[in-house]
Amino acid sequence: MRNRHPWLWVLFWTFLSFLTLFPIYWLFVISMKAPVDLFSTPGLLLDRLNWANYAKVLQSETLRGYMVNSLVISSGNAVLVTLLGFLACYALTRFDLPGKESIFFWTITNRMAPPAVFLLPLFLLLTQVYKIGDFSLADSRLGMILVYCTFNLPFAIWTLRPTLDGIPKELDEAAFVDGASAWRVIWDVIFPLARPGLAVTLILTWVFAWNEYLLAATLTNFNARTITTGLSEYVTTTGTAWGIMAAISVFTLIPALIVFSMVQRHIVAGLTFGAVKG
Amino acid sequence: MKRNRLGWLLLSPTLVLLGLFGIFPFLYVVWLSFHSWNPFAANPDKVFNWADNFRALVFDAGFLASLGVTLAFVFFAVASQVVLGYLLAQAFMRDFPGKSFFRTIHTLPLIMAPIIVGSVWKLMTTPSIGIIPNLLDKWFGYDLNIGASALAAFVITVIMDVWHWTPLVTLSLIAALVSLPSDPFEQAQIDGAGKWQTFWHITLPMIRPALIATVFIRLMDALRTVDEVLMLTGGGPGSATRYIGVHIFKEVFPRTNYGYGSAVSLVVLYLTIVICWLLYVSLIAPRSKRG
Repeated sequence: MRNRHPWLWVLFWTFLSFLTLFPIYWLFVISMKAPVDLFSTPGLLLDRLNWANYAKVLQSETLRGYMVNSLVISSGNAVLVTLLGFLACYALTRFDLPGKESIFFWTITNRMAPPAVFLLPLFLLLTQVYKIGDFSLADSRLGMILVYCTFNLPFAIWTLRPTLDGIPKELDEAAFVDGASAWRVIWDVIFPLARPGLAVTLILTWVFAWNEYLLAATLTNFNARTITTGLSEYVTTTGTAWGIMAAISVFTLIPALIVFSMVQRHIVAGLTFGAVKG
Repeated sequence: MKRNRLGWLLLSPTLVLLGLFGIFPFLYVVWLSFHSWNPFAANPDKVFNWADNFRALVFDAGFLASLGVTLAFVFFAVASQVVLGYLLAQAFMRDFPGKSFFRTIHTLPLIMAPIIVGSVWKLMTTPSIGIIPNLLDKWFGYDLNIGASALAAFVITVIMDVWHWTPLVTLSLIAALVSLPSDPFEQAQIDGAGKWQTFWHITLPMIRPALIATVFIRLMDALRTVDEVLMLTGGGPGSATRYIGVHIFKEVFPRTNYGYGSAVSLVVLYLTIVICWLLYVSLIAPRSKRG
């Protein structure tokens, strides 16, 4: 659309960007403050950079453990769902399976259900049913990796679908005719072609797992606590340590920001995917 | 035939995982909801009690209050996001310098973890350290205290959700607006249609599918909001912001009354489906029947 006053719009968007960014900026401001400075009148600008809160977070053995748990769980889950989603999506797009559209739809219903509804059954199943002898999935990293599949696996299947649909079927037909095994067709023919889609899926599912709070807060209590649950622990204790809480938030936010800058264009495309199809 | 077997083989890990952590928990909840079971009560066994849990639910004031505030929250949040998101998408349709840069910034809240959004807004609105209560007090003499005023807490949770999710609506509607053909608009201009007429008779019908898809996504997400509200207000003051997910997490789950909790979970799931279905019937179905 033509525009007679482009600079007015720049002014408008600068103002809006300020509104968007200010809460995040405020997070950094608070994270840089010593406890004594917090209760004087809040100033808009930082007087000095004070890294004490970040040092405290890094020195805390508990919080370091939480971060390692978060890393292990989100990485393990992202790799698992990307791999399984790839295989499932390959099966659903290439084979003439009966009811495959229903299966496609059923997978996504797992993501649509409110997670709060599943707190109670998952907690009961993990603590009482899904265990063999002393081995239990409750409060374990493996358990969380598997539980996160409920929302990430459907997402992986649905984001990979356009990628796999876009790879010509003649390619695998030809490879099968040449006598290649299914294993070789999947890994040597399809996998390299699907790599861009797989990368985006891997990264986005990683962020979703990293950001998850509710299930982690309910299903773990000591061994597999994640950094997001650490954040809430600092609030519920009497007298919140605001600076520490802000510093943990920054630590949780930064990986997502890095990842975002890596796949920014794909995220926009992915988020609007549903609307464009509709 | 042989190749179909391979298909099922590739699909099986997914089916097993979603079965174990999706289907089976659901069936388990259905089964439990017809029992009374509290492992820490005098009688720790599961006892079949017909529909007692559901009967109790209908008279559970806490549950009903939570449903009420949830619906109010979802309505105000999603309605503001759709209006704001549409206006911003239209603003993005003009040419101005730095457009893609501003769009990137506008997208930023979307990738933030809900729990971090809650934390950020807590730091913004807590009276002692937050900038918002401070400025409101200085400029207008208004005392904003989300720990004491139910209305203030409710409004702040809505504003937080608008800040977090309006970009999603904007992005979807940009995608829809970009793909519109320009002929009808030129024709409308020639025919002398006003801005409002053009919007109502041309733009709206053409972006309708995208708009409905976006409202659906936002509606489902708003209904399941938990993390950020838990962080910001903890559901308080009182039960002012104890939205249904927060209610389950804070009130139902810790009581270890698992039979009753299952009934609550099941009804919440059922209501979510019904709300989405009602929206579907009222928005999409009549249109497709007409043509």
